[in-house]
Amino acid sequence: MDFSKIVSSTAYELSKALSDGATTSTEITSAFIDRIQKVDGQVHAFLYHDPEDMLAQAKESDLRRSQNLTLGPLDGVPVGLKDVIAVEGQPLTAASKILENYISPYNATVTRKLKESGAVISGRLNLDEFAMGSSTENSAYGATKNPWDLDRVPGGSSGGSAAAVAAREIPLTLGSDTGGSIRQPASLCGVVGMKPTYGMVSRFGLAAFASSLDQIGPFAQSVEDVALLLEIISGHDPLDSTSYPVEIPRYSEVLKEDCQPCKIGLPSEFFGPGMDDEVRKSVELAIEFYKSIGFEIIDVSLPSTDLSVSVYYVIATAEASSNLARYDGIRYTSRSQRAENAIDIYSKSRGEGFGEEVKRRCILGAYALSSGYYDAYYLRAQKTRTLIRKDFEKAFQKVDVILTPTSPTPAFKFGEKSDDPISMYLSDIYTISTNLAGLPGISVPCGFSDSGLPIGMQLIGQAFEEGPLLSVAHQFDREHRLGRQAPNL
Amino acid sequence: MSKETKMDIDYVSKLARIDLLPDEREKFQAQLGDVLQYFEKLQNVAVEGVDPTAHAFPRTNVWDQDSPVPGFSSKQALQNAPQVRNDQVIVPKVVEE
Repeated sequence: MDFSKIVSSTAYELSKALSDGATTSTEITSAFIDRIQKVDGQVHAFLYHDPEDMLAQAKESDLRRSQNLTLGPLDGVPVGLKDVIAVEGQPLTAASKILENYISPYNATVTRKLKESGAVISGRLNLDEFAMGSSTENSAYGATKNPWDLDRVPGGSSGGSAAAVAAREIPLTLGSDTGGSIRQPASLCGVVGMKPTYGMVSRFGLAAFASSLDQIGPFAQSVEDVALLLEIISGHDPLDSTSYPVEIPRYSEVLKEDCQPCKIGLPSEFFGPGMDDEVRKSVELAIEFYKSIGFEIIDVSLPSTDLSVSVYYVIATAEASSNLARYDGIRYTSRSQRAENAIDIYSKSRGEGFGEEVKRRCILGAYALSSGYYDAYYLRAQKTRTLIRKDFEKAFQKVDVILTPTSPTPAFKFGEKSDDPISMYLSDIYTISTNLAGLPGISVPCGFSDSGLPIGMQLIGQAFEEGPLLSVAHQFDREHRLGRQAPNL
Repeated sequence: MSKETKMDIDYVSKLARIDLLPDEREKFQAQLGDVLQYFEKLQNVAVEGVDPTAHAFPRTNVWDQDSPVPGFSSKQALQNAPQVRNDQVIVPKVVEE
């Protein structure tokens, strides 16, 4: 196959070409290495990739195939990982200076599962430092650019994972989503991105941000590809005590059955002011499509939505301030040369090693947990979180899936929000409540603005019901295939 | 936007064990004041009698099998440590004279 055809293919198409003998993993991997070399100078999605290692994995895959020992549909297909997911022997920086020289001594569970499925583990993708941000501008190693408009952000925090798929540098990637960090960049880059139910995918080997909210999930050009990757990374893991013992269906098979009859809920709170007109128009067209194929559209209410950003930033920063205490300059981070005593090592190493947003959030979290403020902020936020969760439970008594925009606007310009934390925090307003309630959500490209920027819709499902959610998303995606459109680079 | 804040930035940055540069201190003081003001809406929510949610799907009594598994060698465990001697991490003296 010629290289341009390979890089524009979905994982499904590559998998089929491999099993038909039309190409080899070595050829596929070479095509993507070539593409990364051609376009990543502009996009800066990758923080690290090792072509030699990628080609060695591809060669092993080809050898397995020649001996009929292929490990599954993704055997020989490249997958990139957000730089918070551990791969033994590779760097893991979390886009932070404090982990500049860190090398992972072990594999994350998702990495192990990918290796067992024969996927070619292909490099580390840029993000907002420690996954804190919505634009990838908070990376200590320079921002990723939106492949559709290089003057604009790709979203975040998994901006590198989204941009790499959009720029056709890789067919599949993994990101992590704490308040929208998969879905929002997927929307801004015009690809599909999914956050599974909390507990579906092991967090072992994921650098923790907010442990009660973080989930790993896939990016791809199509819902079909996302289903394929989700099927491989999901499942109970004894190494993550919050991972849930549920049976994982073959999602790629589930997609063959349409969700019918199906009821879609529209929460009025998500369609109020603050939404860009072009986003509204695209999402309304998607709703019309669902009506036209026989879906019932029902109004629902999620009255606590307005509180979700406050609840999220109290809980997430509190958990972060505790989780990031481990980066202390003692065991595995860079140590300040100016430190004179033990406390100095902590304070100076963290002061020098952390970027601005990470410092801001750790301080905010420490405040929310501090004596005298715990009840007013942290405990109150946890109680309000219960109200948000109950809103969804009530809505799901009436509908199968909830539909909203993913982001209030298409991709914004660099610097537009970076000095105003609240305005940046509000760019996650449609995605945050899903994490607080633990529910699965997927962003599917549903249109373009007049200036050619991608727009995404979000579908939210019931807990551990990824099957019907993917099926509803697929019914739109297979007709419109907007994630298959590529930017000119 | 308000520049008022209830946060004692010096005290909280000490709690968080983060040294701030003077310009960061000033900037955060104002920004975090705004954020805290935004959080004020939480104070008006009726939460009496509502249980807090720590996890969306809490699991209790999660036990692991009590059987030995291979762990890191000391070399692996120390490979990222900033200062090492004799298979141990070097730290400054922490006991006062």
